[in-house]
Amino acid sequence: MELDFSFFDGAAISSFIAKGMLFSVQLTLMSMVGGVVLGTLLALMRLSGRSWLAVPAAAYINTMRSVPLVMMILWFFLLIPLVLGRPMGAELSAIVTFTLFEAAYYSEIMRAGIQSLPRGQIFAGHAMGMTYLQTMRFVVLPQAFRNMLPVLLTQTIVLFQDTSLVYAIGAYDLLKGFEVLGKNFNRPIESYLVAALIYFAICLSLSMLVKRLQARIAIIR
Amino acid sequence: MSLAFQVFCQGIASGASTNDCFGTGSDPSYLRWMISAWGWTLAVALLSLIVALTFGSVMGVLRTTPNRALVWIGSAWTELFRNIPLLVQVFVWYLVLPEVFSFLKVVPGFLMVVMALGFFTSARIAEQVRAGIQSLPRGQRSAGLAMGFTLPQTYRYVLLPMALRIVIPPLTSESMNIIKNSSVAFAVSIAELTMFAMQAQEETSRGVEIYLAVTLLYFASAFTINRMARFLEGQLQVPGMIGGGK
Repeated sequence: MELDFSFFDGAAISSFIAKGMLFSVQLTLMSMVGGVVLGTLLALMRLSGRSWLAVPAAAYINTMRSVPLVMMILWFFLLIPLVLGRPMGAELSAIVTFTLFEAAYYSEIMRAGIQSLPRGQIFAGHAMGMTYLQTMRFVVLPQAFRNMLPVLLTQTIVLFQDTSLVYAIGAYDLLKGFEVLGKNFNRPIESYLVAALIYFAICLSLSMLVKRLQARIAIIR
Repeated sequence: MSLAFQVFCQGIASGASTNDCFGTGSDPSYLRWMISAWGWTLAVALLSLIVALTFGSVMGVLRTTPNRALVWIGSAWTELFRNIPLLVQVFVWYLVLPEVFSFLKVVPGFLMVVMALGFFTSARIAEQVRAGIQSLPRGQRSAGLAMGFTLPQTYRYVLLPMALRIVIPPLTSESMNIIKNSSVAFAVSIAELTMFAMQAQEETSRGVEIYLAVTLLYFASAFTINRMARFLEGQLQVPGMIGGGK
């Protein structure tokens, strides 16, 4: 079979790809921010030493981590309208799902980051007269964030790849853009190939950036 | 809202409730469909796991050899299969490759999905294997070579017996991931659990019951793999290492 990529030009990008790319990036960034905030809270709950906080957090994290993301996307798409009593767009539903789902993964990273710090840091905070939350806010979390930044960003690259799974509910993301483009020009094969190439280029360059960042911010002890 | 699990006893074709909840060959029930879908999920996952372990171990080993070309091949493999979303890789294997290489048209689509999931996971396994080998003291390799072993012999008798036992815990979580990731096969109409969930939900409008059952089956599968791997881990533990050797 002859491959013909001539359909892939500026017009194709602006009318099919840009819209999908925008949503994929938006979904990635929003669920990263939401997921890190929520994940940090979950990690703090889990490490608080109070079982009424730790047990629900652990249950939430373990449940999210044992269910395939596709199933989670389908679950939320089914349940949100039942709870709200009105339908919710696939895009909005995806943002909610990804935030709640990724929070579980980010929280495990944050937990590892907090636990990797010497115990003396917490004692020092308490000795200075800080409360538990103040110790976390001013002493522990800033260090945990810095140590875990490369891992958090690597997880975000995985998250960006996973956004393609909104395919299951038909949201218009980057991959969907390529699919529609391929259908329109009757060139699905070439379109999927370009999609693979673009995802590869984006994710490879991001992961190389993370590697460089890792070398730069590592705290020398 | 009330749950109505009788939906599983319904015949798919007739829509009527079947007597034994299992249906007949001509009118199978949703329960029977779901069990067969579970079989497909396990088949995709286990076959992919074999592909992933094979290629992952080889590529992981290549990345630790002193030969630059081999290291490059191993690294390129890892980066290629790690940086493209699984769903896109599934499309490339299932839709693109048979068009570009026409001899692949005779390969069943199921196997193409197995290759996609297997190669995707092999990149992660290669990383674990590489890390496992590199975690060994450097003296082990030198000792092997100093004993007059060739490089392959050093790997076979000195490095791998240790490294492969060290990497079992991370491989356990990869095996559980492969069960979860097999759900992506829905996109190319492999009749596995997620595909079943989507179609049965559409046909019966009993989404909650069906999703609940499917989610539990995913739980059960991942949990079983986890227990099996833990058992294996206990059997193969390296005595004296952290992680609780005897």
